[in-house]
Amino acid sequence: MSTYKPTGQRVITLSFLFLAIIFLIGAYFGVQRFFVGGMGAVSNLNGGFSWGIWVVYDVVIGTALACGGYALAMTIYIMNRGRYHPLMRPAILTSLLGYALGGFGAFFDMGKFWQFYEIFLPWNWNFNSVMLEVGLCVATYIIILIIEFSPVFLERIGAKGLLKILNKVLFVVIALGILLPTMHQSSLGSLLIGMGHKVDPLWQTWHFQPLLAIISALIMGFSIVVFETSLTSVGLKQPSEAPLLAGIGRIIMWLLVGFVVIRLVILAYQSKLGLILTSGTSSLVFIIEMALFIIPIILLAMAKTRNSPGQLLIAAVCMLFAGAAYRFDAFLITYNPGPGYTYFPSAPEIMITLGIIALEIMAFLFLIKKLPVLHDTKHA
Amino acid sequence: MSKDGIDDGGFDFSKIEKRLGVSRRVFLQYCLGVAASLGLSNKAAMAMAKAVAEPKKRPPVIWLHGQECTGPTESLLRSEQPSLEHLILDLISLDYHQTLDSGAGHQVENLKKKSMEENKGKYLLVVEGAIPVKDNGIYCKIAGETMLDLTKEAAEHAAAIVAFGSCASWGGVQSASPNPTGATGAPQVLKDKTVLTIPGCPPNPANFLGTILYFVTYGKLPPIDDKARPKWAYGRLIHENCYRRPHFDAGRFATDFGDEGHKKGWCLYKMGCKGPETYNNCPSLEFNNVGGQVWPIGVGHPCFGCSEEGVGFTKPLFSLADVKTHTPPNTFPDIADREGASGISTTAAALTGAAAGAAVAATVYVASKIKASDGDASDGTES
Amino acid sequence: MDRRDFFKTAIAGSAATICGAGAVQARPNLEPATEAIGMLYDSTLCVGCKACVAKCKEVNDRPPSNADLDNPWDNALDLSSETFNVIKVYKDGNGETKDAIKDGFAFEKRSCMHCVDPGCVSACPTTSMRRDNRTGIVTHHPDSCIGCRNCMVACPYNVPQFEYNNVFGNINKCEMCNQPGVERINNGQMTGCAEACPTGATLFGTRKALLAEAKKRMELKPGDYYEYPRGDVSKPDSVHEKEVPKYLNHIWGEKEAGGTNVMHISSIPFDKLGMPPLAERSASSISETVQHSLYSYLALPAIALAGLSFMVKRNTDRDDEEGTS
Repeated sequence: MSTYKPTGQRVITLSFLFLAIIFLIGAYFGVQRFFVGGMGAVSNLNGGFSWGIWVVYDVVIGTALACGGYALAMTIYIMNRGRYHPLMRPAILTSLLGYALGGFGAFFDMGKFWQFYEIFLPWNWNFNSVMLEVGLCVATYIIILIIEFSPVFLERIGAKGLLKILNKVLFVVIALGILLPTMHQSSLGSLLIGMGHKVDPLWQTWHFQPLLAIISALIMGFSIVVFETSLTSVGLKQPSEAPLLAGIGRIIMWLLVGFVVIRLVILAYQSKLGLILTSGTSSLVFIIEMALFIIPIILLAMAKTRNSPGQLLIAAVCMLFAGAAYRFDAFLITYNPGPGYTYFPSAPEIMITLGIIALEIMAFLFLIKKLPVLHDTKHA
Repeated sequence: MSKDGIDDGGFDFSKIEKRLGVSRRVFLQYCLGVAASLGLSNKAAMAMAKAVAEPKKRPPVIWLHGQECTGPTESLLRSEQPSLEHLILDLISLDYHQTLDSGAGHQVENLKKKSMEENKGKYLLVVEGAIPVKDNGIYCKIAGETMLDLTKEAAEHAAAIVAFGSCASWGGVQSASPNPTGATGAPQVLKDKTVLTIPGCPPNPANFLGTILYFVTYGKLPPIDDKARPKWAYGRLIHENCYRRPHFDAGRFATDFGDEGHKKGWCLYKMGCKGPETYNNCPSLEFNNVGGQVWPIGVGHPCFGCSEEGVGFTKPLFSLADVKTHTPPNTFPDIADREGASGISTTAAALTGAAAGAAVAATVYVASKIKASDGDASDGTES
Repeated sequence: MDRRDFFKTAIAGSAATICGAGAVQARPNLEPATEAIGMLYDSTLCVGCKACVAKCKEVNDRPPSNADLDNPWDNALDLSSETFNVIKVYKDGNGETKDAIKDGFAFEKRSCMHCVDPGCVSACPTTSMRRDNRTGIVTHHPDSCIGCRNCMVACPYNVPQFEYNNVFGNINKCEMCNQPGVERINNGQMTGCAEACPTGATLFGTRKALLAEAKKRMELKPGDYYEYPRGDVSKPDSVHEKEVPKYLNHIWGEKEAGGTNVMHISSIPFDKLGMPPLAERSASSISETVQHSLYSYLALPAIALAGLSFMVKRNTDRDDEEGTS
């Protein structure tokens, strides 16, 4: 008997309608982008800033925010903390939606979208390219996430035979669900290497880009589990998963310490520590970003915080901002392609991103209300 | 090298001096000038001079007139130095020309037919004026025959065909909409033949003279472009050689006859000058050989594209031309100037703030609402 | 698995990765192509006539930039999908003296540098940017391009440009006038800009010959007279005599990030001319070193997958035995 059930609540709520409006505005600009004026009409992308918020938020940060499934899979299946299992399904759903919409955002940003299939043709592959790895790995991972989420559908439609077959091979699927994000999340960091001098020296760690990327992705993955679980329990009046989340808090704390220490060690190794104070605006940005990483360490070091679901949530959101800031800062805010180039997203550009986020939230709400995603705590 | 410095290889020019009544020096300088405007070398100039001095046999020329005002012939006749114009006409045997023939009537028509018969494959056919094709060409008849038939007949055994003037090149003024007579140029009527065109209304006589001289010297027509115009004369837009071009590049335009810009000789583009889309060498050669910018733009009237099919007698005089060349103006972008720079729009800033604010607000709200379920939330660890 | 086992496995795995990574050689900068063709731009010879800009538009069939009815001329501010070559100006103070750093002005030509170790070629996932092994010319192949614009961010000079204002836009850049349909190099001609240049500021030729010429100019004494060639450095159309200026003793593109086929010399420091702060090691060489260390033959991922599958299976089997799910 399943320990998961749909919440059965009404789908059309006030918040759902609000999100729908945001989505529709975004969709309007989406039509402009694909049928009327191209990317130029709806964005401020230019010759120096060729990647804007669609790449940096929708793809790079968005997929890192979707690392909940990845983080939990490592905890449950590698570190063998089976008690986190109830959190797995909603995390997979968030991951699936986050990656699918990251892919959708990437399609939006793809200049020659009608030729998108070219990246999947083996005779085109350039094995030197980091982007190739990112593209193929993300695409494969989305399929893995679909497979990992399929038990939810199969249970709903009562396909017991298929479920049995799936369970036999699930261990490889789960293993891939851990390997693939490790590969592409670190590669999303490696993309920064090729950008060379354009990335600010405080963020251009060269060979160490993939390492910092994967650690911060894991931090964000765990944090998003805390975030999404907390919001669901309050917003949909589900029972709290507080005990489980407290344990995650400890894991994240060590990851944070690791990230901050490794980052500073790398800067010292590359003789750049002095730049922290002498880089003008970049210094300010760096210090704010590091504060966003260090504050949660202090918070999470105290059992009081870890055991208070409210304070744990604040710490988690602080870390989500930290991870997002790390990426925004490296790719956009302290990014300098050359004198005279500027970039700030245009209003239509922002609306498209918000529209995609709204769509993701609406899909999440719809699916947890209709499918057995959330844990039925009466059974525990 | 002779005493005046022009190398003639010892050729004896005394006969031509006598025949033409000009000194050897003047004659050679003329040939050098023509060769230069044709883009040819001094060697070519000498070849021309020798061809003129000892023409082997003067090639016959049949000159037809269709729907025209005789402008091209008149402009040819107004070449500044009559003795040199005679030189060219001396170089050819003008067997039929309705304006210049001393004879008239059927006598002249029969002479034409006789010359065409005797000189089959050797005569040069010049067509001046358009050829109406509507209703079997009845709108222009000479001696009872249509211009259409006459042209086809003459073209049959011509060694080379030249359409002189815009009317013969592409239809000219009578082809202006609605073109009631179906006026067409010679190349469109003689589709299976190569017809060199020298458009203009009137065309610069030097364009014709230079081309004929080339033909007489080398026995073939000079290099032509896709509209069969000699490249040496029609290879550049008027815009490219116009003396008012610096004004165009600097954005100084006259907007009306007699206004301040017009008085200062500023660019006439805004008054509808078709120089930017008309190929011709008017700015270089000017007209009437008197110098001093005696050509339309030089005297303050915008070019109307008289030589260009699709422009002259087609586009309104004062409508703006399509600029067919895009050389840049005399300003430079700075090192840090970039394309498509835009700032931060207020809406965008507001949206960003709202999105970030919403995320923070939601967090704080949820954090305050969260309550632990079933007892202590401790994970069994301390500190 | 308890915490101790986990850490043991993690450390062992990391050690294996690092050893494996160490076994992969760091990829050094690429070498210039065997018969590398390029250009030499001498800013001190440039008079800002922009004949090269006009010629480039003509040869590559590009429309005028920022032109409208009131401003019917080509007025490019920078490289774009319509502009493969542009002349920009450096100005300081009153900008009166040519090639003076202070209170002076100088011209700079912006176009594809045809790098020896191109970032765009390394970054493109679908091999839509390629470097010709014989001539070193960096070409773009729109048929396989997905428009991800990784080439744009990977180019230190921001050369490839995307047509943002066209729903079906392309990436465009200078291809040394040798793209299909133009093929001037294949037909034995030189690039349009070198042919049009009246002063020889843009010189065409093999990279070797151009580098030799640049080095020669570095050795000249300011104030002496030199016969500057025009067109092809090895067989110039003509020469003109000019007083030698005070060159900055640096040939841009000799070594920067592996070097470029299109090199620049000037009397103004290159950072003031908008050149990027590049080290000798190219970013692509580092990026590829990291990629290959981790993913060569997918060996490390395969090992990792095997290990992970083993651990997952063991833990799920254990859970089934213990009756938890």
